[in-house]
Amino acid sequence: MATIEKQQVFAAPGEPGSPVELRDRYDNFIGGGWVAPSEGRYRENLTPATGLPFSSVADSTAADIELALDAAHAAKASWAATSPAERAQVLNAMADAVEENLQMLAIAESWDNGKPVRETLAADLPLVIDHLRYFAGAVRSEEGRISEIDKDTYAYHFHEPLGVVGQIIPFNFPLLMAAWKIAPALAAGNCTVVKPASPTPWSILKLAEVVADVVPPGVLNIVNGPGAEIGRALASNKRIAKIAFTGETVTGRLIMQYAAQNIIPSTTELGGKSPNIFFADVMAADDDFLDKAIEGFVLYAFNKGEVCTAPSRALIDESIYDEFMERALERVRAIVQGNPLDPETMMGPQVSATQLEKIEGYVKIGLDEGAELLTGGHRPDVGGKLEGGYYFEPTVLKGTNEMRVFQEEIFGPVVSVTTFKDEAEALAIANDTLYGLGAGVWTRDGSRAFRMGRGIEAGRVWTNCYHQYPAHAAFGGYKISGVGRENHRMMLDHYSQTKCLLVSYDQKPLGFF
Amino acid sequence: MDPISATPAAVEAIERLREKHGSIVFHQSGGCCDGSAAMCLTEAELPPGPNDVVLGMIADAPFVIDAEQYERWGRPNFEIDVAPGAAESFSLEGSDGVHFISRAPTTANDEENQP
Repeated sequence: MATIEKQQVFAAPGEPGSPVELRDRYDNFIGGGWVAPSEGRYRENLTPATGLPFSSVADSTAADIELALDAAHAAKASWAATSPAERAQVLNAMADAVEENLQMLAIAESWDNGKPVRETLAADLPLVIDHLRYFAGAVRSEEGRISEIDKDTYAYHFHEPLGVVGQIIPFNFPLLMAAWKIAPALAAGNCTVVKPASPTPWSILKLAEVVADVVPPGVLNIVNGPGAEIGRALASNKRIAKIAFTGETVTGRLIMQYAAQNIIPSTTELGGKSPNIFFADVMAADDDFLDKAIEGFVLYAFNKGEVCTAPSRALIDESIYDEFMERALERVRAIVQGNPLDPETMMGPQVSATQLEKIEGYVKIGLDEGAELLTGGHRPDVGGKLEGGYYFEPTVLKGTNEMRVFQEEIFGPVVSVTTFKDEAEALAIANDTLYGLGAGVWTRDGSRAFRMGRGIEAGRVWTNCYHQYPAHAAFGGYKISGVGRENHRMMLDHYSQTKCLLVSYDQKPLGFF
Repeated sequence: MDPISATPAAVEAIERLREKHGSIVFHQSGGCCDGSAAMCLTEAELPPGPNDVVLGMIADAPFVIDAEQYERWGRPNFEIDVAPGAAESFSLEGSDGVHFISRAPTTANDEENQP
């Protein structure tokens, strides 16, 4: 009998044998170099795997945002003057540098955020690379449009960079969400000041280390510190031409308010409570498609549920409920939790103690509301060195859509399950929410899939799939899930001004005066 | 039961923030990342909007929530507490390296409902 060899657990950053070098402390990345925070303060950075600090990062103030903006503005004119081919070359060189260091960065990302290395190796980092290459390609194919007003008058439309933009990154995909924002901004000829999330300030600095030589100084700047201090200083700054934010709704409102005060565009992505809908015909055969659909249900635990589009409401046709859930729960119970650096781990710890406590609180709220606990619901006993980590079991609650656990984003490995009678009820439940970011529809009936897809009020409806994030597909929210889109070449428009040259080739005056 | 309450530690943190920033307000957030937390802002920065409701006062600071969100959450009570670690949001207490939490206050039948 063949034996399957257990894959080796990666050593933690800084430990002997780890490909990830670790310094005691990390400065801000400004103007192509490492700049100490103005007030000289650093903050300990924890790994959620153990809850213990492993390095320190800059604890910056508004003055450091100004330094980063100085560097970005100094680089603005020369970067804007580069040809699309030159910018594409820089993005491709960044992609190559990340690819050469893929394993190192995947481990760093895992350690900073807690997501399992099997995800960072197979999803986060390959997608970072692909987004950089996609926008390198997209910018090469950009062209303006010409409107022929009449035989003597033409409107030439050009894309011009906005200038210097501010970008605020969430903690759930510290590298991938940064790539989503940085790649189109740079491709379109902008310089950027990036503020990473407070719980995950470090992996992006490892990325900066590997791309520092290929990005011109000042084009990409990264400043760490509290949102209350530097996020606000960046978002409200007169010297940015656009602000992009991913996070919660109140800060989203603030961001849009600052943008209104400075009269600049903003993009906000503010979360969701995405329905994942399983019609009866998924169980018409016991085949690969059913297996895929069952996995589609379990994808709520992807990235330990810390995903804005997590399929956190599962809507199951009542005629298949028992049979479907039996298989789904079996698959949920097979999830292996533990050290995120173990390639066999399927679910790592939540990002912080706060998130862990919140998730636990929501499970309790759900039970108080009368939801039924089908599996999970506790902190697992992970033991040993991981004792202080922020682990929570993959959890399934059964209830009804008016419960709070169906209405508010838990941002953890908790799915709330309910049933529906027919297509009309499925659609009504799907849309009975404040949010509209993602949705999943699973059926063997193509017409129904199309009807549902068009009927659901959400920016992304995955049809017979879930949690795919290709660069060439637009992503963003309806309703309070935010304003604007990310990904797809349309992002080049979102990071550009439109210049219209209106030219008359007529020699004759108008005749008014 | 008051719809809004605060732990002594939270009240202390609120007093500190008021000394530093003047009038402050709490906005219950929603959505991604720190979505379930209450954000503490200066009243001048984000006054209650036309579709917000003021649920009450905590240590003399108004506690505000979007009206529809309040209904959809089933008109819950909120207990505000404070815990170590800065959140990623713009909530003012982040500069002090702590963050406010919105909890569902403990109810009488908690014991039997423990997961």
